[in-house]
Amino acid sequence: MFGQPTSPRFRAVLAGTLSAGVVFGMAACGDSKGSDSGSTDAAKSSIDCAPYTKFGDLKGKTVSVYTGIVTPEDTPQINSYKPFEQCTGVTVKYEGDKSFETQILVRAKAGNPPDIGIVPQPGLLKQLVATGKAVAAPPETEANVDKFWSKDWKTYGTVDGKFYAAPLGANVKSLVWYSPSEFKDSGYTVPTTLDELKTLSDKMVADKKKPWCAGINSGDATGWPVTDWMEDFMLRLYGPDVYDKWVNHQIPFNGPEATAALDAVGAYLKNPAYVNGGLGDVKSIASTTFQDGGLPILDGTCEMHRQASFYAANWPQGTKVAEDGDVFAFYLPGKDTSAKPVLGGGEFILAFADRPEVKAFQTYLSSDTWANIKAKLSSGWVSANKGLDPNNLTNPIDQLSAKILLDPASQFRFDGSDQMPAAVGSDSFWKQSTAWITGQDTKTTVDNIEKSWPK
Amino acid sequence: MSTVAPLATDSDLAAEKPSAAAIAKKRLSSPWASLAAIVIAVLWTIPTFGLLISSFRPERQIKRTGWWTFFSDPTVTLDNYRSVFGQNGGVNMADFFVNSLVICIPSVLIPLALASLAAYAFAWINFRGKNFLFIAIFALQIVPLQITLIPLLEIFVHIHITGTFWTLWLAHSTFALPLAIYLLHNFMREVPAGLIEAARVDGAGHVAIFFRVMLPLLTPALAAFGIFQFLWVWNDLLVALVFAGGGNEVAPITLALANLSGTRGTAWQLLSAGAFVSIAVPVLVFLLLQRYFVRGLLAGSVKG
Repeated sequence: MFGQPTSPRFRAVLAGTLSAGVVFGMAACGDSKGSDSGSTDAAKSSIDCAPYTKFGDLKGKTVSVYTGIVTPEDTPQINSYKPFEQCTGVTVKYEGDKSFETQILVRAKAGNPPDIGIVPQPGLLKQLVATGKAVAAPPETEANVDKFWSKDWKTYGTVDGKFYAAPLGANVKSLVWYSPSEFKDSGYTVPTTLDELKTLSDKMVADKKKPWCAGINSGDATGWPVTDWMEDFMLRLYGPDVYDKWVNHQIPFNGPEATAALDAVGAYLKNPAYVNGGLGDVKSIASTTFQDGGLPILDGTCEMHRQASFYAANWPQGTKVAEDGDVFAFYLPGKDTSAKPVLGGGEFILAFADRPEVKAFQTYLSSDTWANIKAKLSSGWVSANKGLDPNNLTNPIDQLSAKILLDPASQFRFDGSDQMPAAVGSDSFWKQSTAWITGQDTKTTVDNIEKSWPK
Repeated sequence: MSTVAPLATDSDLAAEKPSAAAIAKKRLSSPWASLAAIVIAVLWTIPTFGLLISSFRPERQIKRTGWWTFFSDPTVTLDNYRSVFGQNGGVNMADFFVNSLVICIPSVLIPLALASLAAYAFAWINFRGKNFLFIAIFALQIVPLQITLIPLLEIFVHIHITGTFWTLWLAHSTFALPLAIYLLHNFMREVPAGLIEAARVDGAGHVAIFFRVMLPLLTPALAAFGIFQFLWVWNDLLVALVFAGGGNEVAPITLALANLSGTRGTAWQLLSAGAFVSIAVPVLVFLLLQRYFVRGLLAGSVKG
């Protein structure tokens, strides 16, 4: 009966849908050819294959990669695997999915994990290792990490003393976006200490301008930009050691340090004279999406916007992101010029299989070779790999990020909310921060977060 | 005079007491009711209309102003549609159209085939435990599909079909069956018993009755459930997310749509154009089959 639909109308619809599919499908074929030819040129650089063929004959093998990195960042990611595929004969199957963070747990628990997952948070890494499906990194990868990354980074990929995951990319969160031309015209200079930042803000207010703009609305994750602000100030006011204690809950969340750090943020974000340039009053911070938060800089209604390096992708097409362009960023200064704390994030490569081709691929991704190939291909990407030559980066903001990350004086700390237990880091910390922006006082806020910390 | 007055009241009463259906018809076709219907339709359409306008606006304007400012400053561009079809690199939604169709068509046909057979058995064949089984199937509608995700995936891993279309076909069919059986059963019970008996007298067995008597009568119900299931499967994201894991070659268009805005949601201006591309097929299906849709829905809902 289903071979011959009873109604002619039904048949017509079926034919209609099918032909629509065919037309679109053909359009797809036409397209993909065009985009492929461009990408292969860039990835043609051949690499020394010896470190990978050591794992055996890998021809015809497949490695599956599952990640939250999707368009447009996925294209350079996929292209950067090509030299490895060409020299070893391995096929890398790339699957990008924005729901990675929940789906990877489902898949690991059900026994259907990918060969390699690109995990963006140390907290999630711990949860995945706890499923018992993850495998430790091979010694070759560990050797690469020892050679090319600082100790801090290796610690974030280690769970219970066992090294699992090599770092991949990184982003710098301690950045303040501004308009270089506006700064030049108004005679403002980039501040080098926290006090100077305050003075500069006051000067802008005196010039009848709103110095800061911000937006923290981000769907389920509304509030996260405030947590970054607070982490940045925690690092600046008390240093990396106290910061680590705070993140690991060795000092309480409602202790004097955290309270002071949040108050310091409040001096900016809850100061009606400072915010919210081009967007409204203090409360408009909560209703503005984080993507929109910095855009008033382009209109000249806001002077500064604190947001990570990845915000570069958010400027509309045609915006020149450079030191002499429409927008650029400066390093959110430390308490004084000697201290250079850097807040950031990054991804880690966690393997769920220990086949030779998977190990070889892990080793490739942790090498300086890969970092430099990736640098040439992408814009809006940076790595803390010490073997990375900043000159290979194409984008001025990436060069700035690399300079900050690779500066021997800088002390890198991973985004704290990504390391805290999920009940705090991706729940109460966000929600209470949002309540704080909309009027809740600092003490209630930190008390509530402390209460939610799992015992 | 005194005799005329009661007469007049009688005729008035008679005039004021038409049948309930006539009252309903009169009230529903009054200009006020039409006005209300138009107002509701307009209110309902405004968001979609705004989405349509947004999909043609340039990126900067989408991000900075609401769609209604289009009327004071009309700038039209096809850039969003170009990006959605992958002309600026990135995802090409057209690639996923075929996947969605390949997922949808069997996911509609499998439950329809199984459910119509099962519904026939429940409606017209007497066997032991029939009522218990029917209640069990009916009760299955209460089980939220979310709690079955991980166990079902474990089974799929066990029988090595992950990363294929089979996972989606099986999952969608499984989730659809309870409602499909219930709906079609109610429809079949409404067929007069005399019709079945007449066929039996003519020497028809169950198979002949099912194909020659039931199926032609069932067409509107099958079409209604078919559209229902088609729309649900086409718009499904959750089931696809969980079971289509293993590569983008089996991912439906909803997954592409979800990923369209980019890793950190910075390209959300593409969503309006992407939404219009992805709803093209369901809208077409609905418009062509809506006659069946309404008829079949009413048919299924009469009996409880």
